[in-house]
Amino acid sequence: MSSQSTLAIETSGLVKNFGETRAVDGVDLAIPQGVVYGVLGPNGAGKTTTIRMLSTLLTPDGGTARVLGHDVVKEAEAVRSRVSLTGQFASIDEDLTATENLTLLARLLGFSRAQAAERSEELLEAFELTDAAGRQSKTFSGGMRRRLDIAASLVITPDLLFLDEPTTGLDPRSRGQVWDSVRAMVALGTTILLTTQYLDEADQLADRIAVIDRGKVIAEGTTGELKSSVGTGALHVRLVKAEARPEASQLLAQALAAPVFQESDPFALSVRTDETERVARALAELARSEIAVSDFAFGRPSLDEVFLALTGHPAEDSTATQEDAA
Amino acid sequence: MTLTSETVPVQGAPADALRKALTSQIRPSRPNPLTAVRVSAWRTMRKMKHYGVAVVFDVTLMPIIFLLTFTYLFGGAFAGSTKEYLQYFLPGVLVQTVVMPTVYTGTSLNMDITRGIYDRFRTLPFWQPATIVGNLLGDVVRYVLALTTTMSVGLALGFRPDGGAGGVLAAMLLLLLFAVSVSWIFAALGVVAKAPETVSGTSMLVMFPLVFTSNIFVEPDTMPGWMEAIVDVNPVSAAATAARGLVHGNASGADIGWVLLACGVITVVFAPLTMYLYRAKSRD
Repeated sequence: MSSQSTLAIETSGLVKNFGETRAVDGVDLAIPQGVVYGVLGPNGAGKTTTIRMLSTLLTPDGGTARVLGHDVVKEAEAVRSRVSLTGQFASIDEDLTATENLTLLARLLGFSRAQAAERSEELLEAFELTDAAGRQSKTFSGGMRRRLDIAASLVITPDLLFLDEPTTGLDPRSRGQVWDSVRAMVALGTTILLTTQYLDEADQLADRIAVIDRGKVIAEGTTGELKSSVGTGALHVRLVKAEARPEASQLLAQALAAPVFQESDPFALSVRTDETERVARALAELARSEIAVSDFAFGRPSLDEVFLALTGHPAEDSTATQEDAA
Repeated sequence: MTLTSETVPVQGAPADALRKALTSQIRPSRPNPLTAVRVSAWRTMRKMKHYGVAVVFDVTLMPIIFLLTFTYLFGGAFAGSTKEYLQYFLPGVLVQTVVMPTVYTGTSLNMDITRGIYDRFRTLPFWQPATIVGNLLGDVVRYVLALTTTMSVGLALGFRPDGGAGGVLAAMLLLLLFAVSVSWIFAALGVVAKAPETVSGTSMLVMFPLVFTSNIFVEPDTMPGWMEAIVDVNPVSAAATAARGLVHGNASGADIGWVLLACGVITVVFAPLTMYLYRAKSRD
């Protein structure tokens, strides 16, 4: 293990062109070890290209990148020995069984036959694939395939794991399983860089996020920082009776010392505020005045709003996961 | 935010298993090239095993159809009697039997590249050409199965090798070598092609002239001079002549020498070319 002071990833002015298109246009990143770092952006923003350069699969056209202290071009071998990549499309052999896939990789990494067998079994158990061990992986569901693919990246425990859109196309249950594995891995000391186009995924998993659009990093920080960079939070209240709205509005305005918005929904009110304690008191006021509240939510703006504010366009393909966003 | 997800903290067996799996500190040294080739060949053979009898069916259906139609449709006309023709034709069909499935080497290599496992291989520290070489060697099993099947059908139809079992064995070994050499051509094609379908499609352009402008089916004596010249230089003709000689016990040293030379030339040209293309590919 290298010292924690070495950055997991450090890039400066990273560039990659494909013909006329500049896929990655001067990306600067500084990612510490031991975190989950999210790279968030719509399709075609340059996420995959960036990750492929960092994992030595593509050679940059400009700029520099160091991974765990090693230059990705000059010291590619050293980088490869410490990182692992789970690409967007499963890199497993679909004709082989789960066990055969893992055994194959373990053997190609230099494990002896016995070690390879033991390691495969260990990984299959860890990713709950033991029951499917002897089945050809082409018969697997999307979630199982993804889990096998992640397991395949962990034959040798990497110091840094790249996950390129690990949950794209997965059902919620499989998604939850992948998230659990990510949390477990980072808890055990692996640094994870994940790309995603799902804002809630970045919100749930990542310690820090870089928002990337058209090959450029347009914002960077913790989810909290990104959200507060866009604006304050808000309290949303929904009443049981629409008639109670004027009274509730007055109470909230007093308690929070802020203007109250009557939303188009005749039962709903909202107030822009960041003051948690006052919000608690305001809600208590409502209760004391016997104004029944069916539900309320308090939070900072969603990453959806952040994304929209930063890029001027909404994140694509994210609508399906955003129906509950405030 | 009111986002909810179905995540529940992992607990119990899977969490412990995950912990165990993730704390493994085994870091073996890189495998030697020979091991890497052996492991890759193992992979090719496992895949074949999963396909089961379909593998044999796939590679022997065509040659057997050729064997039956040519023997019983044209045999009498070509050689006076079907029995007579079979003695000439069967060794030729053996060549066709091993040459046709060499395309698989190209398609499976291309599938690796286009379907993503290639990315995984490239980040591993083993001798990279091992995947290609292993693939080629694993395919030998396919050729052996194909040769044995075609030979058995031939014997059942009345083929009688004058060279005995030893001659048949020698012919098969020579043809295996020939097939491995030819498969380098398709390996090169497999590396450059954009999709597996392109390999199988393009391969017919190579395969058809290679198999038909040869002496597999008939003696070239009756052909026009220019065609006879083409047939004579076709390495497939050399392979057929040598195979015929070996099974009937009258092969000359020159017959065998020509095949070995052809194998050498094809391998020397296409093996390094494939490796070069494969490496160039990895530099995007």
